[in-house]
Amino acid sequence: MYQYDKYDQAMVDARVEEFRDQARRRLEGKLTEDQFKPLRLMNGLYLQLHAYMLRVAIPYGTLNSRQMEALADIADKYDRGYGHFTTRQNLQYNWIKLEDAADILADLSKVEMHAIQTSGNCIRNISADHFAGAAADEVIDPRPYAELMRQWSSFHPEFTYLPRKFKIAVIGSETDRAAMRLHDIGIRIVSRDGEIGAQFYAGGGMGRTPMIAPLIRDFVPLDQLITYAEACLRVYNRYGRRDNKYKARIKILVHELGAAEYTRQVEEEFAHMLTVGVEPPREELARIAEYFAPPAFVDGPKTLDRSDPDFALWVDRNTHRHKHDAYVSAVISLKPAGGIPGDATAHQMRLMARLAKQYSFDELRVMHTQNVLLPHVRIADLHALWTALEEAGLGSPNMDTIEDIIACPGLDYCSLANARSIPLAQRISERFAQTGRTEVVGELKLKISGCINACGHHHAGHIGILGVDKKGKENFQLSLGGSEAEDVSLAKITGPGFDEDGVIAAVEKVTDVYLATRTDGERFLDTYRRIGMEPFKEALYG
Amino acid sequence: MGNDLGQSPDEVQFRFRDDEPVDHAAVTVDSCCDQTNATAVRIEPGDDARVLLPFLDRLALVEVNFPSFGDGRGYSAARILREAGYTGELRAVGAVLIDQLSHMRRCGFDSFAPDKRLDEDDALRAFATWENVYQRAADARRTIGDKRHEA
Amino acid sequence: MKILTGNDLRSGAVTWWNGTGWSLFVDDAVDAGDEAEEILAREEAARRVNVPYAIEATIDAGGHVRPAHIKDRVRALGPTVRRDLAVPTADKTGWDWVI
Repeated sequence: MYQYDKYDQAMVDARVEEFRDQARRRLEGKLTEDQFKPLRLMNGLYLQLHAYMLRVAIPYGTLNSRQMEALADIADKYDRGYGHFTTRQNLQYNWIKLEDAADILADLSKVEMHAIQTSGNCIRNISADHFAGAAADEVIDPRPYAELMRQWSSFHPEFTYLPRKFKIAVIGSETDRAAMRLHDIGIRIVSRDGEIGAQFYAGGGMGRTPMIAPLIRDFVPLDQLITYAEACLRVYNRYGRRDNKYKARIKILVHELGAAEYTRQVEEEFAHMLTVGVEPPREELARIAEYFAPPAFVDGPKTLDRSDPDFALWVDRNTHRHKHDAYVSAVISLKPAGGIPGDATAHQMRLMARLAKQYSFDELRVMHTQNVLLPHVRIADLHALWTALEEAGLGSPNMDTIEDIIACPGLDYCSLANARSIPLAQRISERFAQTGRTEVVGELKLKISGCINACGHHHAGHIGILGVDKKGKENFQLSLGGSEAEDVSLAKITGPGFDEDGVIAAVEKVTDVYLATRTDGERFLDTYRRIGMEPFKEALYG
Repeated sequence: MGNDLGQSPDEVQFRFRDDEPVDHAAVTVDSCCDQTNATAVRIEPGDDARVLLPFLDRLALVEVNFPSFGDGRGYSAARILREAGYTGELRAVGAVLIDQLSHMRRCGFDSFAPDKRLDEDDALRAFATWENVYQRAADARRTIGDKRHEA
Repeated sequence: MKILTGNDLRSGAVTWWNGTGWSLFVDDAVDAGDEAEEILAREEAARRVNVPYAIEATIDAGGHVRPAHIKDRVRALGPTVRRDLAVPTADKTGWDWVI
């Protein structure tokens, strides 16, 4: 994985000092909260329900054991012994003090980490396929391009006060494991006739008005990647709406102009930018790519002993095909039934770090599904790994099942929320685990958001739940049929909302309909797409 | 005639030029430039800076107004003008705060007239925040990419 | 009654106006009445509180202050899913009424 050189290190160090100075000026009263807020947001520091929350960047979800241990140390020293892995591959601490924030950023900088631009109206953490560099179906590892863009977007002087936040995802396969089409810019690195380039999609997003990003350019040559991105951003900075916070994302601009007109403006700006010459030197990409060379895989057994049914189940559910046939990627579930999705204690973080060192070339990935994974595990080591995970409560064999719920922090933590999402996730996962229905139902991506900002990605859920405020009481809307993968679709609301007990019963009812009507091999999503909304509505509302 | 706006040179708190400041008020983009002899113009966030491109060699001062520090359109306007070859004074006016100074400088601003006078020490520190820079901008600084690969 | 709440600027902790200062405990909250706006402006300017605001609340039979809105009740008590991280408070019945 990428390692800082003296320049990268100096940049994060300078940023720490800049923030330390900003925090000092805030505490001295030289900055009002209105002036300070955008500055602290650009260092990932929110003011939430209970305290400040710090969102640490984990660029394209990749980190090593030293970094994971540092995250554990920070949790113990400055927070309450745990952290939360997010739907953008970052980590959040919930109990931060402003007076500690600069010191925390300094501790992070010592392990080549930061919280730069994890919030604010700027370019955010660039996410990528969490199986990058490992997946059998990968055409090209997207992470060198994500790293090139990370550096380009950090402290970009023109794009620091955009109309709104800007999220970019990069993938390198036909399969979309990063919800690429639901980002402000989605990039797929492709190979055409031996030449590598980028497909650019722009104007996707969830939130209040979910939209799927249209294709803007089918092939941008690699040595024009940054120039094209710059053109896309400049058009947005100049023409994105600033009159209404809820209409300020690029998806609104692309929708209102139409994809063709937005594309025309980008191409015009791109032609101009080519004459300006903003692309980094060609050698930069090559330099960065060297850090992502595959590790020294060793040959070994390609099969394993499946006589233990629990182990076999975990292998079937939680491992992913690797490009090397003696290896797999292994998912560490942070979704124990009845647990808080995505949370990990400092102890668990240290264990994951140790396991990465031992079994995965010292590398871990954070998934946007709020789990962690080890990208390169020898099949021969799988049983030992599983045993260690089981002991630590990290071995739930539930990836992509109804127990693998994605839930935002919701009203338990977040000042934007209308309803709590975590208790719902706990009750649903517990219910399905206890009744043994998880395995029967199979693949089912359930996503819960506590408010319309959709941080739980409910629009992209096979089943989605949105928490709303109904006359001061929590209420929940159910939706069906969303998908974040390459078959991207937006979920549709079933009808009137439910209270907490009601929505849990509703989830059971819709899975009952699925089980009663599915044909061979169909997932919940497939059955829904085949039979439509009506049978589900019948079951829910009679 | 055009609407007279702008600020006197006295309100310019920082200026990185050696030439004489323009001593009269700036006109709006609408009032510029064919019909007047204006050498100073003010750009508002909603204006298209490219409208000025045919007149750049006549202009000695372009002010870019930041009515709200969170409205980042002025950064693009500035860079666009420098990319088009404008060499006159490019002045950031309005809600110009300490923490925007270094980015504004990189986008091509060489003078600053904030609504509210800034603390000198804080400002000088702010201009010097970044010893190195990742990306190309209007200021012709060599980037980290350049430095990594120079022969 | 109208009570005032905010977050401590330095620590981020939730605080409640107790008549003379800012307390960590919702039961110390007092009715700010007509002076609410004046108090908010003065206290924020002095940086003794951050982003404060006024909310409706009632006193229950046990004498405990109950904010009207769910969000502020969660702020008063703590995350409902981590009761071990609750604000230490005399009101052990709080979890019954938070939502």
